[in-house]
Amino acid sequence: MSATRLRAPPADAFLICELGGLFALFHRPSGMTHLLASPAPELLELLGERALTRHELLAALNARYEVTDAADDLLDARLDELIAVGLVHAV
Amino acid sequence: MRHATSIRVGPIGFRIGSDFAAPIAALRALYADYPKSTIAHFSVRLPASAPWRWLIRPAVAIEGDYMLPDAAPLPLAQGLLAAEMAMNLQVALGHRRHLLLHASCVERDGRALLMTGESGSGKSTLAALLGTRGWRFMGDEFVLIAPESGDAYAFPRAISLKNQAINVAERACPTERFGPRLIATPKGDIRHMVPPADAIARMDEPARPALLLFPTFGEQRDVRPVGAAEAFVRLTQASTNYTALGERGFRTLTDLVERVPARAIDYPDSDSAIALVETLWRDL
Repeated sequence: MSATRLRAPPADAFLICELGGLFALFHRPSGMTHLLASPAPELLELLGERALTRHELLAALNARYEVTDAADDLLDARLDELIAVGLVHAV
Repeated sequence: MRHATSIRVGPIGFRIGSDFAAPIAALRALYADYPKSTIAHFSVRLPASAPWRWLIRPAVAIEGDYMLPDAAPLPLAQGLLAAEMAMNLQVALGHRRHLLLHASCVERDGRALLMTGESGSGKSTLAALLGTRGWRFMGDEFVLIAPESGDAYAFPRAISLKNQAINVAERACPTERFGPRLIATPKGDIRHMVPPADAIARMDEPARPALLLFPTFGEQRDVRPVGAAEAFVRLTQASTNYTALGERGFRTLTDLVERVPARAIDYPDSDSAIALVETLWRDL
């Protein structure tokens, strides 16, 4: 896994509303709306608190949310999506 | 503009001017029962599309505070449609006070039924028919959701019936007032129907949204629940000002889909749609 640290905006940059198992997210800095599935909101929460490498992020996800089956490739895919839409960036 | 009139539809006032007398006269006839607007929120202009179009094959351009650069002029005989399109355009692009949903709406007992779908889904026809069957017609094009309360406000413009919906409404509502039949417009044949008197008299009364329907015409009768996330996505697509409203739009729309149940309905004809609506409404 890459040692690059990733960061998301702080929690107050977002409005989040759970809608039947999915999450509507309004990103205040861009004015964009996103519809996310778990674990994307959890990733944003963790990366909003501090910058983490992908390895640290996976460990934090397991520790806080008990996501025992969070696989590296799944995490990578979700992170790449969040980076592509501008919600997560490398620091 | 040489000829002009003012119309208020729900909370929105229009001042409409034209080089030609005919479209303004047609609007005055169609909107005779509506209040005159003391405030013009939007201006609509229907000038001759070119100086010679005043005399030779007269055509009106669709202009106003908000314009689409590629809006094609319409023949003078379709001036009423030009006015309708220009009024819709002003609201769609300029209105900010409410979250706009491209939907039809009817009300009963203070509660609103919202219907949204593609053109041809039958939402206009259904609202028009329900409006003569014990419901108050609130609009066939836009419903306005107030960000501060979540209430639905009416925009009961003249109902724009297209193609086979014209015959359906003429048969079902023979006592209602209709405008001229506009033949072979870019949207097909069009005929406007003046909403029932109570729709105009009570157009300032809001209603609490209670049911959201996504109708599809031409299929076997079917009802499918629509989850809040799907309703949210569909309504962001059905709103012309969701993005412009920013946080206000997000809060208003998430609040709406969280508290209002949504169903997709398929129906083969208007009678079965009305029966379906009544059943769903009773079961709320």
